[in-house]
Amino acid sequence: MSFPWANHYNPQHPFMKWMDEKLPVPRLVYNAVGSGYPVPRNLNYWWNFGFMALACLGIQIVTGVILAMHYAANGLVAFDSVEHIMRDVNWGWMLRYAHANGASAFFVVIYIHIFRGFFFGSYKAPREMVWLLGVVIFLLMMATAFMGYVLPWGQMSFWGAKVITGLFSAIPLVGEPLQQWLLGGFAPDNAALNRFFSLHYLLPFVIVGVVVLHIWALHIPGSSNPTGVEVKSESDTVPFYPYFIAKDGWTLGAFLFIYCAVLFFAPNMLGHPDNYIPANPMSTPAHIVPEWYFWPFYAILRAFTADFFFIPAKLMGVLAMFSAILVWFFLPWLDRSPVRSGWYRPMFKWFFAVLCIDVLVLGYCGGSPAAEPFVMISQIASVYYFMHFLIILPIISSIEQPLPLPFSITEAVLGKDETAASGAVAA
Amino acid sequence: MAHDAGTGIPELTAGDEVRRRDFINIAAVGAASVGGLAVLIPLISQMSPSADVLAESSTEIDISQIKPGQAIKGVFRKQPVFLRNLTPKEIAEANAVSVASLRDPQTLAERTKPGKENWLITMGVCTHLGCVPLGAGEGEVKGEFGGYFCPCHGSSYDTAARIRKGPAPKNLEVPEYTFTSDTVVKIG
Repeated sequence: MSFPWANHYNPQHPFMKWMDEKLPVPRLVYNAVGSGYPVPRNLNYWWNFGFMALACLGIQIVTGVILAMHYAANGLVAFDSVEHIMRDVNWGWMLRYAHANGASAFFVVIYIHIFRGFFFGSYKAPREMVWLLGVVIFLLMMATAFMGYVLPWGQMSFWGAKVITGLFSAIPLVGEPLQQWLLGGFAPDNAALNRFFSLHYLLPFVIVGVVVLHIWALHIPGSSNPTGVEVKSESDTVPFYPYFIAKDGWTLGAFLFIYCAVLFFAPNMLGHPDNYIPANPMSTPAHIVPEWYFWPFYAILRAFTADFFFIPAKLMGVLAMFSAILVWFFLPWLDRSPVRSGWYRPMFKWFFAVLCIDVLVLGYCGGSPAAEPFVMISQIASVYYFMHFLIILPIISSIEQPLPLPFSITEAVLGKDETAASGAVAA
Repeated sequence: MAHDAGTGIPELTAGDEVRRRDFINIAAVGAASVGGLAVLIPLISQMSPSADVLAESSTEIDISQIKPGQAIKGVFRKQPVFLRNLTPKEIAEANAVSVASLRDPQTLAERTKPGKENWLITMGVCTHLGCVPLGAGEGEVKGEFGGYFCPCHGSSYDTAARIRKGPAPKNLEVPEYTFTSDTVVKIG
């Protein structure tokens, strides 16, 4: 597909030949994730998280479709139907814990996948579209996860829905009618619960669609690699199957080991006890926090405590929170350095490390009560977060002196040993 | 017509004259667009609050048991509403504040009914992100200004339920209400 030396699909069995003429799905699979897709030979373990993310999406869809067979999206019985799943439905407890912890696992994997992209410059030309579609997938994941968390209709579900839809009320003029339109009422109630369930069921399939586009866009230039040097010849690549299917399979096993350890031994580790209290519109829990994967963005939301340039604090917080993700859309054009990989960027790699710490600090503050010193720390960390993307990246990409790049992927792997690299003689 | 409709042979249609086919094209696409947009109206409008939700738009609450310094939580549109009987000291505190210094400048008199200045009736919905502030229930903290305190993000309201500190942009909303008698308030 992408390189002239890619293996060609050549079915032998008469049925496969017949199929290839009528509906060439096996050919599509062969070229997309089989022997027909050549991949740089030097991919390291950071490149395994895309496959793991796909596995997570599969786990979520399978467990989610099953949970929907037992769940009732009605404010009067939603909470009880979740308890029914937990206590009465055969294996219901396992399926629900698998789904709830599957969401956390999905975000762990996707955050590593995104930060892999940050470090190795995966967003740079010619892969900008791959990156943009990835950000779209992340936004869809956040919306899906938020609406899924509302469905058990516990205290955290209810107040999470109220606070997050309350963000829209910050928009001038149309804010409050917009919030009422989103909720179908003046506060979260049956109407909101029903539509959240409908959309929570729909969006994962939209994600599947965008994932197909993400992989399609990736396969046009081919996968990036840790050196950031583009593929030059056949010796730089190996076929995706069996080499990386096997490697992805091994890390998938390792992932499932950790996932199952949490699922079976600490299934409520990442949950909130308050969500085992039925939704009560009259009483707010003392300490509302979203799920851990929203904490960095929640910290940015709460960092604005005073009006700013005539913009009310509330609107400013909402704008900043959304901008924290929207800025990723501009990343391919903010980082002007022609060198992709952080390995060869002596200044960038330190700022990347600081960004990682900054996001962890934001996450910690977002999960803590809205009191000092967390408010001030989140203000400083929020400022740094935006500085990294809007100021630091453009500046270092123009003043940094990158380290010399290897001539080719083969040279990076095998050194300049002419005998070992003899396959490098391109056709 | 002089020429064969449908083929649009250029030499037969020289100049800027409007052909019959252009008219049919624009009319068809225009009608389809108007129809398509009209279909969006029910698709969007179905999301708005339904008739039964809107029907819950008024509620009557008995206030005869609320002594000065006490407050109760009622329910209006499935949201909490705070009904508070202010003490003379609380009224004095609210009136002692310079209105110009407030984020959302309003006097206590503007937020109550004439002759009933001791009855502070507000929504129990923080104007930041919609949490229920503390201060209306027995023994709840009232924050540093003696009114209400929102535990979510730390907004403090004073004894006229005006925002004094924290991220909330506005005072607690005063719903429309009337005293139907000395002891009953109709909200909405």
